[in-house]
Amino acid sequence: MEKNKRTKNILTILTLIVVCGLLYWSENNLNNFYIRVLNLAAIFAILGLSMNLVLGFTGMFSLGHSGFMCVGAYTAAILTMSPASKELIYYMVPINPALAQIEWPIFPAIVAAGLMAALFGLLVGIPALRLRDDYLAIATLGFAEIIRIVVTNTTSITNGSLGLKNIPSINSIWLYWGAAILTLIILKRMINSSWGFAFRAIRDNEIAAEAMGVSIFKHKLISFTIGAFFAGIAGALMGFLITSVDPTMFRFLFTFQILLIVVLGGMGSLTGSVISAIVITIMMEVLRFVEQPISILGLNIPGLSGMRMVIFSVLLLMVILFYRQGLMGTKEFNWDWVLRKFNRIKAGRRGETA
Amino acid sequence: MNTCTLRTDHITMEFGGLRAVSELSLEVAPGTIVGLIGPNGAGKTTVFNMITGVYKPTSGRIYFQDRDITGMKSDKITALGIARTFQNIRLFQSMSVLENVMISKHVRLQANLLEAVLGLPRYTRANHANYDECMDLLKKVQLDDVCHEAATSLPYGKQRRLEIARALATNPSLLLLDEPAAGMNPAESLELMDFVARIRSEFNITVLMIEHHMEVVMGICEKIYVLDYGETLAKGNPAEIQNDPKVIEAYLGAVDIDAEN
Amino acid sequence: MSMDIFLQNIANSITLGSLYALIAIGYTMVYGILRLINFAHADLLMVASYIAFYGILIFTLPWYIAFAIAIILTTLLGIGIEKAAYRPLRNAPRISVLISAIGVSFLLENIGIVAIGARPKSFPRPEELVWNIQLGNISFLSLTIIIPVVTLLLLVAVTLMVKKTKIGMAMRAVSRDFETSSLMAVNVNKVITATFAVGSGLAAIGGLMWSMQYPQVDPLMGVFPGLKCFIAAVMGGIGSIPGAMLGGFVLGFCEVMLVGFFPGVSGYRDAFAFVILILILLFRPGGILGENVVEKV
Repeated sequence: MEKNKRTKNILTILTLIVVCGLLYWSENNLNNFYIRVLNLAAIFAILGLSMNLVLGFTGMFSLGHSGFMCVGAYTAAILTMSPASKELIYYMVPINPALAQIEWPIFPAIVAAGLMAALFGLLVGIPALRLRDDYLAIATLGFAEIIRIVVTNTTSITNGSLGLKNIPSINSIWLYWGAAILTLIILKRMINSSWGFAFRAIRDNEIAAEAMGVSIFKHKLISFTIGAFFAGIAGALMGFLITSVDPTMFRFLFTFQILLIVVLGGMGSLTGSVISAIVITIMMEVLRFVEQPISILGLNIPGLSGMRMVIFSVLLLMVILFYRQGLMGTKEFNWDWVLRKFNRIKAGRRGETA
Repeated sequence: MNTCTLRTDHITMEFGGLRAVSELSLEVAPGTIVGLIGPNGAGKTTVFNMITGVYKPTSGRIYFQDRDITGMKSDKITALGIARTFQNIRLFQSMSVLENVMISKHVRLQANLLEAVLGLPRYTRANHANYDECMDLLKKVQLDDVCHEAATSLPYGKQRRLEIARALATNPSLLLLDEPAAGMNPAESLELMDFVARIRSEFNITVLMIEHHMEVVMGICEKIYVLDYGETLAKGNPAEIQNDPKVIEAYLGAVDIDAEN
Repeated sequence: MSMDIFLQNIANSITLGSLYALIAIGYTMVYGILRLINFAHADLLMVASYIAFYGILIFTLPWYIAFAIAIILTTLLGIGIEKAAYRPLRNAPRISVLISAIGVSFLLENIGIVAIGARPKSFPRPEELVWNIQLGNISFLSLTIIIPVVTLLLLVAVTLMVKKTKIGMAMRAVSRDFETSSLMAVNVNKVITATFAVGSGLAAIGGLMWSMQYPQVDPLMGVFPGLKCFIAAVMGGIGSIPGAMLGGFVLGFCEVMLVGFFPGVSGYRDAFAFVILILILLFRPGGILGENVVEKV
């Protein structure tokens, strides 16, 4: 048994090395467009993972993710924009003087974004988590909207509906995928710990979990807040990727896309969320073609803008109606499965019976 | 010591206009097995729910080891030492047998979330200790051979045993069993009877049990309370209950006819 | 605030309240039976408006025919959605059907964007229905009278149906106790279909009147009214039809009055409804007229 564990650890480290190699190769060989798509995929992976923690593993139907992203994005943006940019961008209403001179480096800003989002997660969670599924969904949706409306109206802090531009631009694939891998590792350890079991118990049977001594509210709040934390981080990274944020970015559309990722990947599978994040992000780019006019055999077919979202809506419905467990269900990728297949192949080759 | 493990003082439960439980005063002495019987809808599970904090009694008080626990939250009551099983099996369906039992140890884990994520020694030690305790427990209830199977893949009888094991893992002083023999044939019921008697002595606990299988109730309960429409009809030892005319009329009469058939 | 403007505001709030009430009924009826927040309900508003729009402008139908077709088609769509997207998930965990509802809502909105374009279009108000009335210093649209009157008639009709007809009684039974009703030979599927039919029909009529009152139609026009109408239904007591009516009027009234007295906070107008929702869910989830249901352990 111990040998197996060592083999698995070696395989994991090897995989990490391979992944790092891939990242290095991508950074140096892919053109900017592809790198940008990959970085976007990393951000969606973080979003998918954090929503999966809340929805897939703890069973809380929260639709407030975009609100926490918004908080994180704005926090990081305001902290890292140069004073000169601030003066330029906040042209309608000047920025609150306390914020005008602040200019932080990237990493502390990202952490601060996460913490700020976590704080909002706490504030939203304390009232909202007492509610049942369907009410929780609407309440968190409401909170996300409230956050967005407040951001739109507190012009001296957020520049209102004009949004923020000139956010420092970072294109390094290491930042985004580093963050995504770190998120995956942290959440994986959390899920496999005693707390992860408590979350899953709450999802499976809340009443029984409480009877076994799990404090339901406390654990829900922990899960929710951690989900908000990572949503904030993703929001911050989004700002650095597209260099501009504004309140309309964080409408329900965003939450819908994250929901699709979680459902497609499998509610309850971390690896599923990462895989489906990559798939969906790539699909979003590839499907752009259906929205552009194309010319086939001399016929001009006009582009159908909005068609992508129609396809995604249909996809969500297909999955939830016919294949509810998504790609991975509640299974994770693990080395046991690989080793078993490998052993079976080895046994087959030697002509031995299994 | 004369202290009761559990004592309820005229507890009443009203839902809107409906009185589910009316002025129930029961006492459970330490180390005994007490039965709570009565027709369906008599309010028995409601009593359990009041004791374990799912419902707050409309009036009356509940004392556990002389401590007032009326209206306390469920998880706190579990931490104090009361554990329960449910009428409809409530296992955690996505988890294995062992994992179901380990949940009960989570509340006693002496490490925090950060230590868990970072894999610090305090957590890994506590987790290993929990693992060993749970495997031990599973051996004692003869479920260790299936410890890694999905909980819901077990046959019905073993699932019931697992529910009891899960409750035992919280280190209770008082165990509330809600119809543990439900759905079992006479042979399985007798097995269960022995099982409950065995865990009472092996784990040094007190048991309060709701049951409809009269062989089980009369077989191991030292004291029985009979409920009907929320009111206490009778209380006493098995012999007294079997001969109580009110009980016979309301409840046992029908059961006797069935037994003769 | 001058008396004229105050009266104007009162009139507006009655109009808005009526529209909210009509749409809120659909939410509350479906929730009462299926415990489902039908996210797609409010998009039916948009569907009805567009059907009428095309009927009048492209097919040059007289308004009453276009309206009738819109109402019928929208009702059929509502029934179809239930059969295709909700019924298969009736035994699935609750989250699944909520996700399906969100999916349907999104699908409708985006089909709207693809088929019609995201830019708002001007709704053709039928002259027979919409004209100007002058009373002394105040001038107002005929809609200010027509909408509340139509709403009132419909509300009376729905209430009568629920209280006096067999299907209405069946609806009440199923919303009380789903399982027992199905054991007592109540054809639950028929009841649910009827519920969706009534709710969708009301949403369609509400949508048409909405488009006449605020004659700008766009694919996302149902989103905010939808959320607010659900909030209205919760406020009045989810599951209760009189509650939905009450909630609709109260919310419409509060919204107009708030902006009327405090024009400075009009940016927060929508947030206001959400704040009310959260306060209600926390402190009085049964709403004004509702009751508290205890979960059986």
